[in-house]
Amino acid sequence: MPPQSLSCKECKTPYPLDARYVCERCFGPLEVVYAPREDVDVAALRRRIQAGPHSIWRYQDFLPLEAPPRGTLPAGWTPLLRADRLAEQLGLREVWIKNDAANPTHSFKDRVVAVALARAKELGFQVIACASTGNLANAVAAHSAAAGLESYVFIPADLEEPKILATGIYGTNLVAVRGNYDDVNRLCTEVSGEYPWAFVNVNMRPYYAEGSKTISYEIAEQLGWKVPDRIVAPIASGSLFTKVARGFEEWIELGLVDGAVPTMNGAQASGCSPVATAFADGRDVCRPVKPDTIAKSLAIGNPADGPYALELARRTGGAIDAVTDDEIRAGIKLLAQTTGIFTETAGGVTTAVLAKLAERGDIEADECVVAVITGEGLKTIDCARGTFETHEVDPSLEDFEARVATSTVAA
Amino acid sequence: MGVVVKIPTQLRAAAGGASSTTVDGTTVGEVLDALYEQFDELRERIADDDGLRRFVNVYIGGEDIRFLDGLETAVEDGDEVTILPAVAGG
Repeated sequence: MPPQSLSCKECKTPYPLDARYVCERCFGPLEVVYAPREDVDVAALRRRIQAGPHSIWRYQDFLPLEAPPRGTLPAGWTPLLRADRLAEQLGLREVWIKNDAANPTHSFKDRVVAVALARAKELGFQVIACASTGNLANAVAAHSAAAGLESYVFIPADLEEPKILATGIYGTNLVAVRGNYDDVNRLCTEVSGEYPWAFVNVNMRPYYAEGSKTISYEIAEQLGWKVPDRIVAPIASGSLFTKVARGFEEWIELGLVDGAVPTMNGAQASGCSPVATAFADGRDVCRPVKPDTIAKSLAIGNPADGPYALELARRTGGAIDAVTDDEIRAGIKLLAQTTGIFTETAGGVTTAVLAKLAERGDIEADECVVAVITGEGLKTIDCARGTFETHEVDPSLEDFEARVATSTVAA
Repeated sequence: MGVVVKIPTQLRAAAGGASSTTVDGTTVGEVLDALYEQFDELRERIADDDGLRRFVNVYIGGEDIRFLDGLETAVEDGDEVTILPAVAGG
């Protein structure tokens, strides 16, 4: 299924497969279009995928590259874990966690950056860049270092310290912009017009976005070539949310899996919920907001793929919900204490929305639900502070027995 | 002195290659109308029947006009209006 062209999602004007992202006729976003496949031998294609590497490159047939890259950080092929204790707590039957914290830089961004960087190399770029809320910064800095390419990473100056430290260590040119993510994004859009750089989420965006499809390929393959009934995933720009559905659609069209596109539930933080608000109001465009939430990796007030996320949630019978900062902290705790997975605030948003859907009775008893956990808890470690007690004792058995309540000891 | 309008790279071909131009107007809507007077091709790229196409973002001094009064937002001589495509991020 080789890539054929870029095409405007709005007016369908075709463009060559180079570094561009906007339709010159209507300003609509561009996406990759693949040559149609005919006479697919499903069994052979499944065998080919299964024989591939344990990374996103096992799905190279569905990615916009001329050839699979060599010597890259191995992104993807993250665990899909059955979360029976979480399901039980929520009164559900079958819940799975797609744990994308298990990527080289601990978020799903490794997938999209791996694809964008590989395409940038094919196009001859020497410098990689991005506008980031943090996870993307980590990934761009790391993958550029692995590839031996120079990089420029633009972040909001008030980003969480672990994300700043885990970016700078890779030797990138780190630019902290005094403003929020939308200011960073606007600056990068201007910079990308003036410098010959591959901005993974600006001029390389059509390729970058394709990387998110590998999440759904993996889920389908890990479930035994099955499509789940429902997906719960976070929405920042809306790119991951829409591309996860696209991945399932492609495989259903090819006959690699049976069934229909899952019911798609989007998750946002109340402090930055332009898409959830538009969903609730029945509108098909998002009014931008100024973000104010602990879920900084989702703090995009002006989400470019918002209209497509709205359309998708409505078309699949899903919804887009928002949860408060307290619900986010509770979501992080719930996931940690029922699955052993410590996620960052974005994963807290996803878990809290899953809990909300269960409580509201939106999920049928026999549904197979997958929650996409996009990042690692150590990146937003501050959220864990003050949520539990520590028993401090002298190093003696006597003091231990005196200070730690007997009820906590299962002796 | 007028209002400076910055034109994104994707639209420069439709603006005779210009990266910016200076026009007169007291609101963003008037500024854009004056821009279309100069470069007629820009009208259909940026505008639709309801005002602006949905993937077009317009800023005054870095602030999105949707946080202000949209096309009715007042502008003064010396202001800078920037037109940019919407971009997804993360």
